[in-house]
Amino acid sequence: MLPEYGQFALILALLLAFACASLPLYGVLAGHKGFQQSAKPLTWGMFFFLLVGFAILVHAFMVDDFSVRLVASHSSTLLPWYYKFSATWGNHEGSMLLWILMLAGWAAAVSHYARSLSLDLKAAVLSVMAMIAVAFLLFLLMTSNPFDRILPIQPPDGADLNPLLQDIGLILHPPTLYMGYVGFSVAFAFAIGALITGRFDAAWARWARPWTNVAWAFLTIGIALGSWWAYYELGWGGWWFWDPVENASFMPWLIGTALIHSQAVTEKRNMFKSWTLLLAIMAFSFSLLGTFLVRSGVLTSVHAFAVDPERGVFILMILLATIGGSLLLYAMRASQIRVAGEYQLLSRESFLLFNNILLVVITFMVLLGTLFPLIFDAFGWRKISVGPPYYNLMFNFFMVFLLSLLAVGQLLRWKKHDGANLVSLLKVGIPVAVVAGLVLPLVFGDGFHWQVWLGLALVFWLVAGLIRSIYERVKNSSTPLKSLMRAGGGYWGMWLAHLGVAITTVGVVLVSNYDIERDFRMGPGDSVQMGRYEFQFLGVEPVDGPNYQSDFGYIQVFKNGTAIAMLNPEKRFYHVQRSGMTEAGIQSGFLRDLYASLAEPMEESRQVWAVRLQIKPFVRWIWLGAIFMSIGAVVAVLDKRYFKAARGGQ
Amino acid sequence: MKRWILFVPLMVVAVITGLFAYALLNEVDPRVIPSALEGRTMPAFQLTAVEDRQQFLTEQDLLGEPYIINFWATWCPSCRWEHPYLNSLANDEGVRIIGVNYKDERDLAITWLQDYANPYALDIFDPNGDLGFEMGVTGAPETFFVDSKGVIQHRFQGPIDAALWNNRLKAVYDALD
Repeated sequence: MLPEYGQFALILALLLAFACASLPLYGVLAGHKGFQQSAKPLTWGMFFFLLVGFAILVHAFMVDDFSVRLVASHSSTLLPWYYKFSATWGNHEGSMLLWILMLAGWAAAVSHYARSLSLDLKAAVLSVMAMIAVAFLLFLLMTSNPFDRILPIQPPDGADLNPLLQDIGLILHPPTLYMGYVGFSVAFAFAIGALITGRFDAAWARWARPWTNVAWAFLTIGIALGSWWAYYELGWGGWWFWDPVENASFMPWLIGTALIHSQAVTEKRNMFKSWTLLLAIMAFSFSLLGTFLVRSGVLTSVHAFAVDPERGVFILMILLATIGGSLLLYAMRASQIRVAGEYQLLSRESFLLFNNILLVVITFMVLLGTLFPLIFDAFGWRKISVGPPYYNLMFNFFMVFLLSLLAVGQLLRWKKHDGANLVSLLKVGIPVAVVAGLVLPLVFGDGFHWQVWLGLALVFWLVAGLIRSIYERVKNSSTPLKSLMRAGGGYWGMWLAHLGVAITTVGVVLVSNYDIERDFRMGPGDSVQMGRYEFQFLGVEPVDGPNYQSDFGYIQVFKNGTAIAMLNPEKRFYHVQRSGMTEAGIQSGFLRDLYASLAEPMEESRQVWAVRLQIKPFVRWIWLGAIFMSIGAVVAVLDKRYFKAARGGQ
Repeated sequence: MKRWILFVPLMVVAVITGLFAYALLNEVDPRVIPSALEGRTMPAFQLTAVEDRQQFLTEQDLLGEPYIINFWATWCPSCRWEHPYLNSLANDEGVRIIGVNYKDERDLAITWLQDYANPYALDIFDPNGDLGFEMGVTGAPETFFVDSKGVIQHRFQGPIDAALWNNRLKAVYDALD
């Protein structure tokens, strides 16, 4: 009976969502307070029933209820309990349910924390979020019901979870990414709320800002987790592939980054208002696009395990209604926004504008690359595929400008900045950055690459700006430590996030230019020299896992004759799905990773293997930087002024 | 601000949506990549045979009979999977298969053919992927169907199995002349 209750809970959630989408909105338009007040209880009701539905689905997975079609096709009795748990969202239906649950969770959080937000704006915001919930709940119940049964004869065991998804990275990656995607719905709802109520003052930006930051932090971590997972799980040692679905998560991130910066201008200076509204709409639109690309199979990629054109058409209709509707509203209303205030070329405003322009341009270049194959096909031209060379060239080109400007932009004052005090930074910072970027790789690296020079020079330039920014804070203070403490969450959040950008850049530049990758045929006792390391293949032994058998490899790594690491690459064979998986053996380090993966056995006895060995300098820094960026975003939310506003009203 | 500018995002979205609708309704499959080479003759090449580094092979050596030309490598798991079926195609159905050992090492390739049997009438050693580049190969395995005059008639990407061969590719092969 339980699964039927689950489905019933989802239907109740749909009804409540429908009520929440209509009644409070009517209250806003008719100026009726009572209807506006219904938003909060309706939101919580919707959240509660979604939670019940999700819990029942989790339960079905945990107790191996194979009468539920979803459980039968994505789980098995042999699966360890934590993968049974994560299998709940390791499939189309479950992950869509999680998506909606998170949407309701964000809405409930808004209704709880935004206590002092004016009633009509709050009612409009919750109503908009409920509309999105209605659309996706309809989609779920009509095209992909997670509680579908196989009756009367249920299978004795399930088809098991796709081995690729049986991994810690995949327990965490989708929920984190979804938290980011869905989190942008808050900023979106605030923007639509502002458009509906016609109140374009800085208040909506002030209120939306912390939510945008938190969503962005989740998205950053989600993307980093995906990259890390691909790095160790796919067995190729790559960390970014410009795959359509990666792009689908990267585009909302880029727009979200632009949004965070433009919200700052709107909040502090009451400017860029129309632009910030548009960015808020775009950030969520790109999140929906991401969902659409993954769920429709319009573009194939390593992620395309959920291909179904019918569902695609449904999501496309949701997409059209949400994005089209909101942009139409924007086009009709945004002309009422009055533009006020001015600023000079050398000011924080204009540099934030450059940031926004560059980020939006990069986003559209990525979008173009992602859609090019479709465009060519639609016009009957030849089939093409757009590969990393296009993206790398385009992305790196614009990033050079973005990073150069970032170093200066973070130092500038609002409205107008006196150029004189930048001269010393330019005089010292640029030569130091250029020389350091040249010398370090020559001393420590293997050979000269101009890309490394350029990349590291940009990093040093950025770091010079960061140091200078702290110096500006303390130079006129008798109590430097105190003035740094007083700088506040907003400042330190920015500082940490920008440091994160520098760290990630170091990782990307060094691993892209200095990584070594070779394939060898190795039998027991064979050893090869790569760079400063000697890899000795000790052999492979069979090992049994819970639901797989594995060839477990041992590779001893020596440096200067001393054993420094043991790598254990694995080749697993999963019984139920009859498929193999490569698990890389990685010894990770702060300055380099040693990476080994078993490709194929070369003979019947499975002792001689094709082995791929890689040395990946600074690869960890890519994800370390992402962690700094997310921490920065969260620290900025902890700024005192948001709590003052929450307590004392506006 | 001019009002029409505010409608630009809406129009961009309309175009993109139209594109997606087209793709969904026509069930465009981006995995199908027709080759620009279809209908053209095999590119000229001069490469050694896998088993014999003294023996040079050119496109002239392949003429006279229809054949399929199969790009493979020892580093390619799908090739390993496809290999037994290629053996049965060559032995049981008499299909003339030309192999191209693609971006590989000669020793590894020879050991592989000893271990897993050799379905190839001729096997071309292409360590730098030169021939692969000429033919627009994007990965292994990849198989081209070529007629007796050396004209490429069809390209297939990915491993071949019995179902694929019987349902689709056999007809293509039988139509070669």
